[in-house]
Amino acid sequence: MLFYRLLLALYPRAFRAEYGDELLRTFGERHREAVTAPARVTTWLSLAGDTLVSAAGAHADLLRQDLKASLRTFARTPGFAAAVVLVAALGIGATATAFVITDHVLVRPLPFPRADRLVKIYQDQSFRGYSRMELSPPNFLDYQRDSRSFEAMAAYTPWSSNLLGAGEPARVEGANVTGSLFAVLGAQPAMGRTLTTADDRLDAPMTVVISHSLWQTQFAGRADILGQSILLDDQPHTIVGVMPASFTFPYRETDFWFPFRFNGGSADDRTNWYLNVVARLRDEVSIQQARTEMSGLAANLAQAYPDANAKNGATVIGLRDELTRQARLTLLALAGASLCMLLIACTNLASLLLSRTLDRHRELSVRTALGAGRDRLVRQMLTENVLLTAMGGVVGVAAASLLVPFVTRLVPTSLPIAEAPTLDGRVLGLCVLVTAATGLLFGVLPSMKLASSASLDGLKEGVRTGPSRSTERLRSFLVIAEVGASMVLVVCTGLLLQALWRVQSVNPGFDATGVLTLRTSLPIPKYQVTQDRERFYRTVLQEIRSIPGVANASYISFLPMVMRGGIWPIRVDGQPEDPNNAYTASLRLVTPGFFDTLRVPLVRGRDVRDSDRADTPRIALISESFARRHWDGLDPIGRKVTLPFSDFEVVGIVGDIKVRGLERESEPQVYLASAQIPDGGLVFYSPKDLVVRGSASPQTLVPLIRQAIARADPLVPVSDVRSLSDIVESDSAARVVQVRVLGAFAATAVLLAAVGLHGLLSFSVAARTREIGVRLALGASRSTILRLVVGRGMTLAVVGIVAGLVAAGWAASALQALLFGVDPGSRLVYGIAAGVCLALAAAGTLLPALRAMRVDPLVAIRSE
Amino acid sequence: MSSAISPRVTPDDLLPLPPAVFHILVSLAEGDRHGYAIIQDVAERSDGAVTLGPGTLYRSIQRMLEQDLILETATRPAREQDDERRRYYRITAWGRQVASAEAERLAGLVKLARATGLIPRKA
Repeated sequence: MLFYRLLLALYPRAFRAEYGDELLRTFGERHREAVTAPARVTTWLSLAGDTLVSAAGAHADLLRQDLKASLRTFARTPGFAAAVVLVAALGIGATATAFVITDHVLVRPLPFPRADRLVKIYQDQSFRGYSRMELSPPNFLDYQRDSRSFEAMAAYTPWSSNLLGAGEPARVEGANVTGSLFAVLGAQPAMGRTLTTADDRLDAPMTVVISHSLWQTQFAGRADILGQSILLDDQPHTIVGVMPASFTFPYRETDFWFPFRFNGGSADDRTNWYLNVVARLRDEVSIQQARTEMSGLAANLAQAYPDANAKNGATVIGLRDELTRQARLTLLALAGASLCMLLIACTNLASLLLSRTLDRHRELSVRTALGAGRDRLVRQMLTENVLLTAMGGVVGVAAASLLVPFVTRLVPTSLPIAEAPTLDGRVLGLCVLVTAATGLLFGVLPSMKLASSASLDGLKEGVRTGPSRSTERLRSFLVIAEVGASMVLVVCTGLLLQALWRVQSVNPGFDATGVLTLRTSLPIPKYQVTQDRERFYRTVLQEIRSIPGVANASYISFLPMVMRGGIWPIRVDGQPEDPNNAYTASLRLVTPGFFDTLRVPLVRGRDVRDSDRADTPRIALISESFARRHWDGLDPIGRKVTLPFSDFEVVGIVGDIKVRGLERESEPQVYLASAQIPDGGLVFYSPKDLVVRGSASPQTLVPLIRQAIARADPLVPVSDVRSLSDIVESDSAARVVQVRVLGAFAATAVLLAAVGLHGLLSFSVAARTREIGVRLALGASRSTILRLVVGRGMTLAVVGIVAGLVAAGWAASALQALLFGVDPGSRLVYGIAAGVCLALAAAGTLLPALRAMRVDPLVAIRSE
Repeated sequence: MSSAISPRVTPDDLLPLPPAVFHILVSLAEGDRHGYAIIQDVAERSDGAVTLGPGTLYRSIQRMLEQDLILETATRPAREQDDERRRYYRITAWGRQVASAEAERLAGLVKLARATGLIPRKA
């Protein structure tokens, strides 16, 4: 019989109460009829099956009833329903957004097989200030040969090329890689094959693998793509494979991969630091062991080649850990802000549901009197609350899916993550979890509390339906928590805003307004000879300068803030030989007129001139910080700068440019005349970026510039057409997004806190109407009542603000690395934040206070 | 005549009836019964083909009570046959109407099947 009683437990309580006895009796009769053992087993099974099905049906019936009742209730009070849905949506939406992005960047494994075994290897040149420096080819080859910790090692460097032989000439981003790269990553091609070490051999034919998007855009996705020959910088390459659309390495924009040819020239230079190295750890080797081995190898190289490698160490880090500290902090800040939002949303939700439950106290008392069981009431309230939060969850997820692409701009693109993060099953699962938890937690407690107190007492006249002491305390605590959390958000927003302004006010070292930039990369074999290049520049610049409205134009190797590296070790005469090779400078080649075009101040001496040619003495211009570092107090003009390939005489000093961006320290700069570089020298630095200062609009200028370039050489593609001010602005673009997102969170939070306070006080006043009436009747002035209500509200607000100040202080110091020197304890920001919260709290107390003042004592005492 | 509970409901609104409901109505059309007796009666009529599970039975009864197809009766049968703890059910006039409507509907289906030869015509 126990078995049958257990079966009964599956039914809803009401059903059990009504038909339980009958069911048991029927079970008994069936049991008696089954005489043999097999018959008995059959009976058990069939009864169990029947019970499961009908019990599920009975529960479903109840659910249907509850849902219909809930929808009727919502229709009666749409405002309340809308408020709950909105608040739930805010909390869940914020959480979902933060989770998606944080998970995508910090948690989810990289899209390679066993990606946790992938590492990057760098030179440690901390003595020079670079803890992660790229490798030089000879060093890389030595490490590859001598190390035992890795299954395979590969090198790559980003490479832009002019692509001919497929549609329009185009400038494409790609990578120069060793054949082992695809094996290291474990990447498979979508068509054809990937590169292998066989492709690295000097006598092997020049091959290339292209990306899915390049195949679609430049080759129209043609099926016979394999074996097709294309020209990359005038060099023929045969396409041997196409990668799948999900493969993006090292960047999202990388469209082709072709093999390195380490043969002489710069490939033998141990100080030519430009290779990125990625490797796959052997199964039995830990990253710590690999680090130890690599440090040992680096020490060997330092001994064997002291000129190039002295004091060089090696760094090994997980591929995922490439994320900078700043980016990681940003993500954690986002997660923190979302948690604040969730907290506020939940407390608001709790408040709303609690007050609603209390509102219906009388209704529920009536229903209890009419015989509704306590459980039935709880069940119905629960259904209602869960339904509301579920709707809020749906809206929240929808909002998150809209918000995610926008907030993604916070994510650095340097990680090899293909797509922007999307909402997938895990996120939805989390949202369901959070929604359910919220709904149950904030739905169950009030329901149960209420149901236990709903009794015949509630029907009596004159009984106050006011909140009990503990409920009131709970709600006050909730309001304090809301105000506190809002404070944290407002303070952090304020600090980040200050940091943003500070960054934006940094002088980049040049005047970006009215300057147009574009890139014309001259393919190398064709423009190997310096004179040919110079002829191109002269022709183009002459034509452009003659365009009406153009003040000046010039060429430079790379634009500042676009190329942040490009540094060389420096020696100057008058200084002792530096065995550490510790001094570096940012090297650029320019044509005459560059500094005038960008309005970089020429402090002393002269600019590069047309007369500086291959047959005249080699000259250089240096930046002020260069002069300060190497010749402080002395006159630099006439002194010599030694670069690893030649000596240059300083003829001018210019102002410093923020090459590495507005926030970072840049190396001192040195500029050489592009006309003076020998044929085939410094190929990487040959000027590519054209800058044009003009008063005409870009719409007019750009076509004319393109025509000028086409006339000089129709096969040179024009790319990256941008205004210089856009480039400077985009340097702080991530910060702008930070501030906007956090600001939106903060604004919503403060509003919700004010609404929460308003709700609490309204309810309190309404419940205490009788008490207020009595006070007034006994002679209290209206202003006393006002003071009571406002006093209560503001006390709660102040407590919340104080708690918030403490929490905010802690949060701000955690964010210090993001603040760009702004004081995390800035009194201005904290003061304003407190002021804002106080003001909104005051707004929240306003209406309830007015209502309290207008209570008519006679009416209040009489009614009840 | 229509349901006492909702004057605007007609028998057709409740068709087709779930099989369990129809069987219960047929069983009660003969006279008042208690739960277990209905199960036995239905099994007997269908030669063991239809066995109502108790859960299904009482869930259907609950719904039928709400729909006014049956009611719980106060009158009990003769002493010797009665078990005081049992609850007896009786079909209502409305219930008869609905049962008839369903029977007619089923008959109509059978006629259709005969017309197309799926069931052999009556001799």
